[in-house]
Amino acid sequence: MKDEFIVSGSPHIHKKNSISRIMWAVVISTVPAGIAGIIIFGLDALWVTLSAVIAAVLTELILQVLTKKKITVLDGSAVITGILLAFNLPSNVPLWLPVIGAVFSIAVGKQIFGGIGQNIFNPALVGRVFLMASWPKYMTTFVKPFNYDAVTSATPLAALKEGKVLEHISYLDLFLGNRGGCIGETCILALLIGAAFLLIKGYITWHIPAVYIFTTAAFTYIFGGAQLFSGDWLFHILSGGLVLGAFFMATDYVATPLTIRGQLIFGLGCGLLTAVIRIWGGYPEGVSYAILMMNGATPFIDRYTKNRVYGTK
Amino acid sequence: MVRLTENKHYSEDKPIEELPNPPKVYLPLIQHLGKVCNPLVKIGDSVIFGQKIADIEANVYAPIHASISGKVIAIQNWPHPVLGRAKAIVIESDARVNQPGFSLKSRQEIDKLTAQSLREIILNAGIVGMGGASFPTHIKLNPPKPLETLIVNGAECEPYLTSDARLMVEKTVEISLGIELVARCLGIKNVYIGIEDNKPEAIKAFSKSSGIKVKVLKSDYPQGGEKQLIQNILGKEIPRGKLPFDIGVLVQNVATIYAVYEAAYKGKPLIERVVTVTGSCLSNPKNLLVPIGTPIRNLIEFCSPLKEMPAKIIIGGPMMGIAQYTQDVPIIKSSGGILLMNEKEAKVLDEDPCIRCAACVRGCPVGLMPCQINLASERELWNLTKEYGATDCIECGICNYVCPSNRRLLETIKRAKLESVK
Repeated sequence: MKDEFIVSGSPHIHKKNSISRIMWAVVISTVPAGIAGIIIFGLDALWVTLSAVIAAVLTELILQVLTKKKITVLDGSAVITGILLAFNLPSNVPLWLPVIGAVFSIAVGKQIFGGIGQNIFNPALVGRVFLMASWPKYMTTFVKPFNYDAVTSATPLAALKEGKVLEHISYLDLFLGNRGGCIGETCILALLIGAAFLLIKGYITWHIPAVYIFTTAAFTYIFGGAQLFSGDWLFHILSGGLVLGAFFMATDYVATPLTIRGQLIFGLGCGLLTAVIRIWGGYPEGVSYAILMMNGATPFIDRYTKNRVYGTK
Repeated sequence: MVRLTENKHYSEDKPIEELPNPPKVYLPLIQHLGKVCNPLVKIGDSVIFGQKIADIEANVYAPIHASISGKVIAIQNWPHPVLGRAKAIVIESDARVNQPGFSLKSRQEIDKLTAQSLREIILNAGIVGMGGASFPTHIKLNPPKPLETLIVNGAECEPYLTSDARLMVEKTVEISLGIELVARCLGIKNVYIGIEDNKPEAIKAFSKSSGIKVKVLKSDYPQGGEKQLIQNILGKEIPRGKLPFDIGVLVQNVATIYAVYEAAYKGKPLIERVVTVTGSCLSNPKNLLVPIGTPIRNLIEFCSPLKEMPAKIIIGGPMMGIAQYTQDVPIIKSSGGILLMNEKEAKVLDEDPCIRCAACVRGCPVGLMPCQINLASERELWNLTKEYGATDCIECGICNYVCPSNRRLLETIKRAKLESVK
């Protein structure tokens, strides 16, 4: 045997894991909600999602070629950005809208900062907020569930905001997604199935979603009703994009704090901001803005929530 | 703490076998933390098994002994498992089989030993911490204030390695006598032996000895790290910058305790040790008792034929061991194992960007944020690495192991540690 050996620093073994493994697992976790979206809103939901995914992947590919970077479009991260963007859109938007949103998400939300791991904000939410600011009409017109010929309907949260009397809608309807809304946000059951997969597999931890949802519930219970302590907190959990946001977007590794303490603060901040926007803000829904604002606060949180080092007080 | 694939099945049931004397041994003049020894012999001298051949007057050091009988044929630079290259005394065997036996001392002689005389025996036997740190043992046994607790480290938390486990099963009585002796001489009342729950045989063996409390530990890495062991057995932490004796604790590896037994009871210096030779490339993984200074080539040949050509050879375990560039490198006092990895296992993976998944943060047993230190170290921001506590790193390698982006976290943190003390 000749003395020709690989010499490298320790450790010499490695856990079987990779960025693409994680990203594709997240993609899988969105499948139940995606299927639910198609069942509830028809094939339009599928076309919107595919448009966003294809545009996201192509944008990433083109930018990586142009900037002569390593081509990593198959790692699943652009795919998940496309899916999450589409999940935040109504099903009846023209197909150029998800395309523009996805291009913006990847180009401005991600690659401008240097690609994966470098973005300050969640790219899908950057795209969504851009679309919201540019084409608010398209972004707030929804179809009725199980009624695919584009009859417009307000989301339950929008109805609440405008002080309209809600059409009769039960908690069960909300839980199953029988309401107007964005493609991926309505069916709570499907979202929870996907979230359970991520939690059990250890791709996300409970800290951010649990604190986020609990804070929103508590705050809307206290301040969301006609008098104090009379808000319909369950309605606030089940409607809008809270569950989608809490499990799938507020848990985006890159733009969230590193330590558990930091993550608890992050969840708390998201919950407070969401509730404040919903109750007193100009928009019916506040999940996207809440998460983006807390994304911006993440470097700060990281700096002041370091773990206690062994042997120190 | 993380659960690792143990891979101890290769060798855990293999009784300790004696390696026949190699034709030559290479004894580095430094096999310990501290000062390099000076040779006491010159080329052409005849030496016998157990003879002291290198020594120095210094505060921190341990002398070196001939591990076979024969002739000194060279004192030259030679591959060293930790330092790359270092000066070594080369002894050619004279094939004398009947080496001088070391006779067992009487009970009365043992009972007469005091802390001072035990320290002298240990110093003269050249005993150092055999778990990997190589700190001279006689210094550890000379604490500035009285010790309350002795923890014997039988955790052996590195995957693959089984030399400590075999020693605990096969030399239970000897190790118990060694523990008893150290505890008596230093006036220590509380004696624990910490063993991971993946070694039921060893746990059973020690549960019979009186005066030693067996602490069954979870088989989580790095359970055998000194800090983790103290934390998990006593629920205490060593304050930053302090040593175990500052909180009245002495930690000794089982192999070191066995060496203390051999030195005190038989007058035998540290000239041999048990080494696990293992890995998927080998058809006959073994636990071998080998003379210190034996080139690893001899050990690998003894465990041959090879099933596959190794692409990487590590001395130590896969988490903290050191990759070697040649089979000429000798076993030294702290070498507990040789691990041969095939090409697939040894493949160096490409590094991807950090995605801040925080797996390293959750995994770090001392509470650091390895990914942050890594980024600061790559940018050579040494104030920042210091602020993030790089110097508290115990180099266990968990951060690197769990990283989905295969980032060289440990390498960059080690560099930050060096820069921080500059």
